[in-house]
Amino acid sequence: MGGNTTRPGGAAWTGIVLAVLAWGFVLSLFFLSRERLWGLGRGGRITADLYLAAATLAAMAIALAWLTVRGTLRRNRGYVKARGDSQWSIAGRHFKKNKLAMAGLAVMIILYIITLVTPLVAPYDPAAQGDIVLTRNLAPSAEHLMGTDKFGRDIFSRVLYGSRISLTIGFIAVGISVTLGTLVGALAGYFGGFVDTLLMRLTDMMLSFPRLVLLIVVIALFSPSIWLVVVVLGLTGWMGTARLVRGEVLSLREREFVQAARALGMGDWRIISRHVIPNTMAPVIVSATLGIGQTILTEASLSFLGLGVQPPTPSWGNMVADGRDALIEAWWIATFPGIAIVLTVIAFNLLGDGLRDALDPRLRT
Amino acid sequence: MIGYLLRRIVGAIPLLLGILTLIFFVVHLAPGDPTARFFSPNVAPEVIEQMRRNLGLDQPLHIQYFKWLWAFIRGDFGYSFGQMRPIGEILPEVLWNTVQLTIISLVVIFAVGMLIGIVQAVRQYSIADNVLTFLALFFYSMPSFWFALMLILIFSLKANTAGWPIQFPASGMTGVEYDYLSFGGKVTDRIMHLILPATALGIGSAAGVARYMRGSMLEVIHQDFIRTARAKGLSERTVVFKHALRNALIPIITLLGLYLPFLLSGAVLVETIFGWPGMGRAIVDAILQRDYPMVMATSFVIAAIVVAGNLLSDVLYAVVDPRIRTE
Repeated sequence: MGGNTTRPGGAAWTGIVLAVLAWGFVLSLFFLSRERLWGLGRGGRITADLYLAAATLAAMAIALAWLTVRGTLRRNRGYVKARGDSQWSIAGRHFKKNKLAMAGLAVMIILYIITLVTPLVAPYDPAAQGDIVLTRNLAPSAEHLMGTDKFGRDIFSRVLYGSRISLTIGFIAVGISVTLGTLVGALAGYFGGFVDTLLMRLTDMMLSFPRLVLLIVVIALFSPSIWLVVVVLGLTGWMGTARLVRGEVLSLREREFVQAARALGMGDWRIISRHVIPNTMAPVIVSATLGIGQTILTEASLSFLGLGVQPPTPSWGNMVADGRDALIEAWWIATFPGIAIVLTVIAFNLLGDGLRDALDPRLRT
Repeated sequence: MIGYLLRRIVGAIPLLLGILTLIFFVVHLAPGDPTARFFSPNVAPEVIEQMRRNLGLDQPLHIQYFKWLWAFIRGDFGYSFGQMRPIGEILPEVLWNTVQLTIISLVVIFAVGMLIGIVQAVRQYSIADNVLTFLALFFYSMPSFWFALMLILIFSLKANTAGWPIQFPASGMTGVEYDYLSFGGKVTDRIMHLILPATALGIGSAAGVARYMRGSMLEVIHQDFIRTARAKGLSERTVVFKHALRNALIPIITLLGLYLPFLLSGAVLVETIFGWPGMGRAIVDAILQRDYPMVMATSFVIAAIVVAGNLLSDVLYAVVDPRIRTE
């Protein structure tokens, strides 16, 4: 979509293959969840979760149908949209060439879709305890894809539900820390002098604590809950972004367009929010993407120590902690949630690396 | 050079004071106080009140702060309620245990990471490069606590049941029969206990070092003086290890300061899993027991180590790169 008129023959095929794969994914989701979807029509005890999941599935199907129709129409008419290049469209073109980064993006999109449709696809209730004698510590089988834990709960369902917790926490916490970091960095860099010294000393101080130590001190002193974990993760992760933004702003401050804005009589706040911050976004987006992966790891570590998400709510970290006691007789309890963490973090790291390569002109090949 | 060193050390003092202040107020703004652990129906409220007075908790916060700060500066860290011992006695023991673990991990990190990075840079875009890049990403994305569990599962538990020739102990610093071993046996026992924790702690950072090393080495290898070195007929080994490596090492030195907080974070998890009696486990135990003086002392020591590590890497950087000093 970058405005290229001619494409090599291979590109059309990859488009078709991708479309087929996407349709296959959506249809198999429908197939897996058909009984629960029909249950929606018949009424009964239905949670808001289930409606949201059904709506997501329908929205996905509609969006995909629209994309398919539009794709064929455009190809038939030989329709080309004339468009200039911006920083973002150039980066987009470079990003699309990077196969690993695209794979990371695909995994990330699938993960977020799964978090939304979990109630439809999860084979069991994550909290449902089976017969404590018959179904505890069952090895992985067709019935329980990843086995069961010591209470007879299905690990696969719990891993699916755990993805919601981990991904949500990662996303919100990074949102908080990136906002805070950008603000602190922009203020320090733009105003300089006393403000700069004060804010950067604070940043240095916060950076001197290993993040996990700071987190466990704060969380353990208050009583642990998901919201506390999210907020504290957000409040302890902004320092990197702040330093990054400050460095960018220091050089932006002296550029002609900022001086022009100042000469036109714009207020400081307006210059910062309209002209300075938008120009620092490229590296911030990269660090945010990499930050989500790190935050998911940190949340898992906290939950593993028993200071993050509290059982019975499943989170990947506390599931690994559960499996720790039964490592010999039931290795699957700790193994599968761990693999889920690794895959998710790899996806975010690949995506972040790809974004960095695409957004930084010096790294483009 | 000495002037630069002094400037950096003096600059670190306000930072440490700020860290102390931050720790004090975070701990004291939290609900509950150290006497909470003694609450029970068998303890009269007057006793608790007396206890609060003895500990100085009835005084205003700013007076408590200055008293605590003054005691801290003189090296009086207070008394641990959890272990019923002065903290000044506990700290050196746990610190020494963590330092052992961290130093071995650092050696593992830089040796393994640099070696992999060099191989990747020298054979850029080869199969080995791609495989190693992916492996590095894999280990970099892995939670250390999970990796530690998998190591225990495979090299300790499975190895034990399957009767492999090499088995590693799953926890502790020394074996049960440590006191009865000969000197050589003691050393081997200690090393065997170190291998798994050090690997679990270091592998993620090693992968990070490998990524940096590859980039830094590639940058150097494409420069003119390397071509000159090759042109004058030096062997590839001399070119890589003598000419390229020395220059590629400069940015790697700063990683020492960068990875120290990472390592200490990891030490919290790894020490908890392997039952290693170090700083990380001490701070987790102290928090679970609401042992406030111990929490404050250990978190300060950890922060101080990080500050010292940053200082060290800055100084090393100045030693290697003279341009830094003059600024």
